Amino acid sequence: MDFLRPRTWAEALDLKAARPEATPIQGGTDVMVEINLDKGRPAALLDLTPIPELREWSREGDVIRLGAGVTYARLIGELGACLPGLAQASRTVGSPQIRNRGTVAGNLGAASPAGDSHPPLLACDAVVEAESVRGARLIPIGEFYTGVKRNALAPDELIRAVRVPVARGPQYFSKIGTRNAMVIAVCSFSIALHAAERRVGTGVGSAAPTPRRAVAAEEFAAARLDWQGRSPLDPGVARRFGELVAGAAAPIDDVRGRAAYRTHALAVLARRALGWAWADFRADTRADSGRDSGRDSGGGSGAGDDRGSA
Amino acid sequence: MRVNLTVNGRATAADDVWEGESLLYVLRERLGLPGAKNACEQGECGSCTVYLDGTPVCACLVAAGQAEGREVVTVEGLSRGGTPFPDAGPAHGDVSGEGLHEVQRAFLDAGAVQCGFCTPGLVVQAHALLAEADGVPPDADIREALAGNLCRCTGYEKILDAVRLAATRLRPPP
Ligand SMILES: Cc1cc2nc3c(=O)[nH]c(=O)nc-3n(C[C@H](O)[C@H](O)[C@H](O)COP(=O)(O)OP(=O)(O)OC[C@H]3O[C@@H](n4cnc5c(N)ncnc54)[C@H](O)[C@@H]3O)c2cc1C
Ligand code: FES
Ligand code: FES
Repeated sequence: MDFLRPRTWAEALDLKAARPEATPIQGGTDVMVEINLDKGRPAALLDLTPIPELREWSREGDVIRLGAGVTYARLIGELGACLPGLAQASRTVGSPQIRNRGTVAGNLGAASPAGDSHPPLLACDAVVEAESVRGARLIPIGEFYTGVKRNALAPDELIRAVRVPVARGPQYFSKIGTRNAMVIAVCSFSIALHAAERRVGTGVGSAAPTPRRAVAAEEFAAARLDWQGRSPLDPGVARRFGELVAGAAAPIDDVRGRAAYRTHALAVLARRALGWAWADFRADTRADSGRDSGRDSGGGSGAGDDRGSA
Repeated sequence: MRVNLTVNGRATAADDVWEGESLLYVLRERLGLPGAKNACEQGECGSCTVYLDGTPVCACLVAAGQAEGREVVTVEGLSRGGTPFPDAGPAHGDVSGEGLHEVQRAFLDAGAVQCGFCTPGLVVQAHALLAEADGVPPDADIREALAGNLCRCTGYEKILDAVRLAATRLRPPP
């Protein structure tokens, strides 16, 4: 086994092109578990942590370009206000020690259907920035997950960054598990209200071979919500939204839960999340309803913190 | 391969490191620092928690090569007059307890140690919490900070007592 230690991004791309079988490693919170438990030994480890630019994020217009090496802990601390859905999901990952190392790019690399960053990335139309010596390309998040623990990266490609639009309305993430810390989701759900476009984004986790959107539910809610008058949420609309989200899932029975339970739980999560998001939208009377408070975030999304975990 | 790193303030190197080895293995088996414990090797128990460049992490999930050129502080390094490094002093353990950090002493005084296996990880994580805290953190914050550290003996109440005790001693009320 080799340990490859590029010092620059260009060097990392060269190494990955020369050694496509090398396994990139960042926080190691997936990679090292596999090695420690002897579930497979990579031919080589390609350590990306020395590369400074991967640890940076920047704001480019209405999009946060999140470097592949930004940890969950930093995302929560520095981007909580402009990426509330992703920050809520990040708060539920593992434990403080795991969040101090783990990254969204690592979550994407692993592409587990249960990964917590996937539902909020789907709900807010994130884009994965992949790069190889052949050049860079932007992969819409909906096209990134190709199967259980499989993604759209080519063997010579690395994730450079994830482009996440700054929230333009309320966002929530909810996850079912046996306790608050250190749980892999039994199922999870994320919602984003794109208020200016009168559109609803969704992401469903741990309830199908890949994370996925609930498109029928999105279209139904977009058409039925009273964007103009901001009247209270019709309980019938909320219930139907939940059913449509559950209908988009294709869950299985496994050690964490039965398919029937997942379907039921998803409907409840989705109904509640829509309720919270709509209540926030109604309470916020600014013209565009955005909750875009820029980059000077202290790391909270207010009441959403408590309500984000079910 | 060879890995060069700073451990508890001292520059050192580990030789013949296997490329898939963890920082935890390097500390325990190659550098003779058994403070950080090896229990699950999958990030679930926190008993291997050490500082890596000032941030508490599970040493079992850091690849040895990732520690190249970086600074590690283990539970041994938190005490003064203890054994910050194996050849720095007498045999392991300062029985008088005089060099212990307040967090370590509080764990003893509060009875937060039974078998002691989880203690080094909890001490490092509690140390990190209190380094940031202003006064005694609310229970919810303590619980959240220690959520990744499992103890199979104490039932956690005494551990919470120890953290509150250490916080009071570190920042006595005005
Ligand atoms: C105790 C514990 C609890 C956990 N709890 C959760 C949880 O609650 N929710 C959750 O979602 N996950 C959880 N995880 C899984 C893990 O922490 C996450 O998937 C995390 O996001 C992985 O990030 P990392 O940087 O550590 O990835 P690594 O382990 O370094 O890499 C993960 C995968 O991504 C690939 N990769 C890494 N970086 C790149 C890149 N730049 N380009 C291309 N491929 C890349 C690697 O080759 C590997 O396949 C947990 C893990 C542990 C050990
Ligand atoms: S041994 Fe590292 S977390 Fe358990
Ligand atoms: S004291 Fe025995 S595991 Fe905590």
